Amino acid sequence: MGGAALLREEVGWMDVPRRRVLKSAALLAGTAAAGRVAAQGGGNLPPNVPEWMKTQGAPILTPPYGLPSPFEKGVVRIQRTKVPTQTAATSLTPLQDLNGIITPNGLHFERDHGGVPAIDPAQHRLMVHGLVERPLIFTMDELMRFPSVSRLHFIECSGNGSYEVLAPDTTAQVSRGLISCCEWTGVLLSTVLNEAGVKPGATWILAEGADAAGVTRSVPIEKAMDDAILAYAQNGERLRPEQGYPLRLLLPGYEGNMNIKWLRRVKVGDQPFQTREETSKYSDLMPDGSARQFTFVMEANSIITFPSGGQKLKGPGFYEISGLAWSGRGRITGVEVSTDGGKTWRRAALQEPVLTKCLTRFRAPWTWDGAPALIMSRSIDETRYVQPTRAELVAVRGVNSYYHYNAIQPWQVAGDGSVTYVA
Amino acid sequence: MWRRLLCVAAAALAGAAAAAPAPTIYGFGKPATPQEIAGWDIDVRADGAGLPPGHGSVEAGQAIYAQKCAVCHGATGVEGPMDKLAGGAGSLATAKPDRTVGSFWPYATTLYDFIHRAMPFTQPQSLTPDEVYAVTAYVLFLNHVVPKDAVMDARTLPKVRMPNRGGFTSPDPRPDAP
Repeated sequence: MGGAALLREEVGWMDVPRRRVLKSAALLAGTAAAGRVAAQGGGNLPPNVPEWMKTQGAPILTPPYGLPSPFEKGVVRIQRTKVPTQTAATSLTPLQDLNGIITPNGLHFERDHGGVPAIDPAQHRLMVHGLVERPLIFTMDELMRFPSVSRLHFIECSGNGSYEVLAPDTTAQVSRGLISCCEWTGVLLSTVLNEAGVKPGATWILAEGADAAGVTRSVPIEKAMDDAILAYAQNGERLRPEQGYPLRLLLPGYEGNMNIKWLRRVKVGDQPFQTREETSKYSDLMPDGSARQFTFVMEANSIITFPSGGQKLKGPGFYEISGLAWSGRGRITGVEVSTDGGKTWRRAALQEPVLTKCLTRFRAPWTWDGAPALIMSRSIDETRYVQPTRAELVAVRGVNSYYHYNAIQPWQVAGDGSVTYVA
Repeated sequence: MWRRLLCVAAAALAGAAAAAPAPTIYGFGKPATPQEIAGWDIDVRADGAGLPPGHGSVEAGQAIYAQKCAVCHGATGVEGPMDKLAGGAGSLATAKPDRTVGSFWPYATTLYDFIHRAMPFTQPQSLTPDEVYAVTAYVLFLNHVVPKDAVMDARTLPKVRMPNRGGFTSPDPRPDAP
């Protein structure tokens, strides 16, 4: 097992809060009897004074790096299915438990092909070579001296969603949780490529990670010179190890695996390099047996996160339907919501900011009458592309193309308020 | 507001462009020496560019495979638990497509690239070029793509035509649905 994996287990997020809880428990020991009675009998509710107002709370810096409340311990990444190895695996973001559009760094979905390397940034280098005037090697300090940009973008695994019909108890996390959204800070790849001087005739770059799989993908030079970022920070802090610390490639709107983590090398060439990840993997098999190659863009998508699979409504009345929409082609221009299985649709409100290649939060008021309801959302982007139904997608691509599933995701609300997955 | 700022910025850039050729060179980074590049430049392109000197036979590959690969890929490349390497011919257009090296991979050279960089799973980049060529030859033999007496090297490997070489389409035809 790698050092990083060990580290993540040993400094599990529960450890420190548990100590904090124990300390609080010790402080409370003097009034333990009264406290226990209060806790069990609802004694913290009006008109009683809650016990946490009668004693000092925990001191600052416990811990120095803050963690979620122990009461939020269920809000974690999980795996969709068990795989033979945990270092070539994925974990999913708990979309149904999040608000707004930013994914907390500790909840960003993971996709590793050879585990999470433990990289000392002082020993990390980025090499830029190939069809360039000046092959160069950069330290992290040098990369961070370039003019920088900060931009909000989603990263979505091309395996998000499922052509397979999933179990009724599937949650939003399992159905569509291979997407996360952060503010990424770094230097534009074009700035660094200009530093090396791209030679005429360059049409593709190869990006290579410094992990045990040495993941490599070819990227068209147009994308590299457009909005690609060499990112070293996410949501204000340096990248998390599982997000590519100390350096990752960010290709806004492109499928997740191309956003090479632990980036160590950019080679400029005059043709795609035909790596394993862009031939036998991450290509889309069609019903006629041919496979689409270089399908980079993540098309418009959306999912209702409340109410969603596994949740339960507490009786008829007002609810605010809420969800996320996104498109790899640009901005979301509209989201429509249906509560009658797609017979009628109405426009949801879009929460500002609505940014290009970024998650957009939508909301729609709903008064549930207590009858079974099939709820769903569909998004429209600035290219006027409308998110398809499952039937429309499967009619063209069959059920074996695996990647780029972006069909409308319905949720069935039963008369008792329970919410289940429907394909 | 933004448009006005952009105009100002554009004007400033135009001024700078008149004084110095764009784009800006910051002078960061150090020149990469040929030796430094050689150590890291491990990719092998579809046409074989990047293949190192060395060679390996099916027979040599069989021994290495049994020792270092069979534990994950099975004795004959089909037993798993990890990716199936052989079989699946004619299955791509069926309800249960079987995507193996022989049935799906378009380029034989990609085998060298991937085995060298990422295999064996627990010891990536530990095989010598001769060993990588040999394992590549053996996996191709398991798929009936090369004969039992085949020897792979920088000259022969790019000439191997994979059965599904013509099976990939680009550019991206999407949006395709609805």
